[in-house]
Amino acid sequence: MPNGFTHSLLIVAVMAGVTAIIRFLPFFIFRGKNTPSFLLYLGQVLPQATIGMLIIFCLKNVSFLGWSFGLPELICVTLTAFLHFWKRNTLLSILAGTISYMLLVQLVF
Amino acid sequence: MKELFSEKRVIRDAFIASLPVLAGYIFLGMGFGVLLSAKGYSAWWALLMSVFLYAGSMQYVGVELLATGASLITTALTTLTVQARHLFYSITLSDKYKGIGAKKAYMIHALTDETYSLVIRDYDPLDKQRNGRYCFFVSLFDHCYWISGCVLGALVGTILPFSSEGIDFVMTALFVTIFVEQWLATKDHLPVFVGIISAVIALLIFGADNFLIPAMVIIMLTFTALRFTYYKGGRKNA
Repeated sequence: MPNGFTHSLLIVAVMAGVTAIIRFLPFFIFRGKNTPSFLLYLGQVLPQATIGMLIIFCLKNVSFLGWSFGLPELICVTLTAFLHFWKRNTLLSILAGTISYMLLVQLVF
Repeated sequence: MKELFSEKRVIRDAFIASLPVLAGYIFLGMGFGVLLSAKGYSAWWALLMSVFLYAGSMQYVGVELLATGASLITTALTTLTVQARHLFYSITLSDKYKGIGAKKAYMIHALTDETYSLVIRDYDPLDKQRNGRYCFFVSLFDHCYWISGCVLGALVGTILPFSSEGIDFVMTALFVTIFVEQWLATKDHLPVFVGIISAVIALLIFGADNFLIPAMVIIMLTFTALRFTYYKGGRKNA
């Protein structure tokens, strides 16, 4: 455990707490009322933007200027995306992408 | 007797409906568990998170938050952004889950993308009583698969016969597959570029350790501005 028991437990508690609020809130406040249109709009656009942001989040420590030049990441993101466009099999795409990446960083780069 | 028979039938229907989720949850759960154990957390943490947080993408992001010792405010805002879509699952279901009783609290907690899609697909507006029980058991079965996968992954992670270096990519790969699914589901790709560009700008300005909150602020401001310009009068081609 890299960051101590108490802080780790607090992080989990905050994640679970915020998630619970998001899940339970609509059952109390929007019951029988019309949902604000701005909120519905965010509901359409936010999930897509979040995934874009999370992919950058995953790649945040990749060095494009130093050695390996982001090549393992580039190759395996492309492979995963290509496989998924082609077969649309989540298990296959993730497994192939991850194994290729592990082989690349352990044996090649 | 008839009551018991129909209860058994509902459970069986729910189990059969949940089977396609089984393989996916065991696999994704194990990916999470292995990742978590690679960061030095025991299977108890996988159990804790899969029972009380119970969310795919968020648990993966959570591993990163734990590993970097993120602040609680970063944790809260990140959770809010990543989990925002659940607000809309709950809004949609707040009407359908009416009058279910004590089981409802658990069912709201156990709402995930997959459970939501099954519940919406199989909802029968004519048989409220059956809905309550059917949706409860679908939620419960899916949750059990997820918990099993997460704990199993964390246990397996400690005895891997090879180096786990690079296992972090399982999170990237998961998000890439979700990205592709979303890309194929809509014609309007502007939102995903808003997300990517905002994140890159925030990353360049604030650096890898502090960019999440600024990225979320830029995303919210951009969408607010777009609401009065590009998306005025609703979303086209969605």
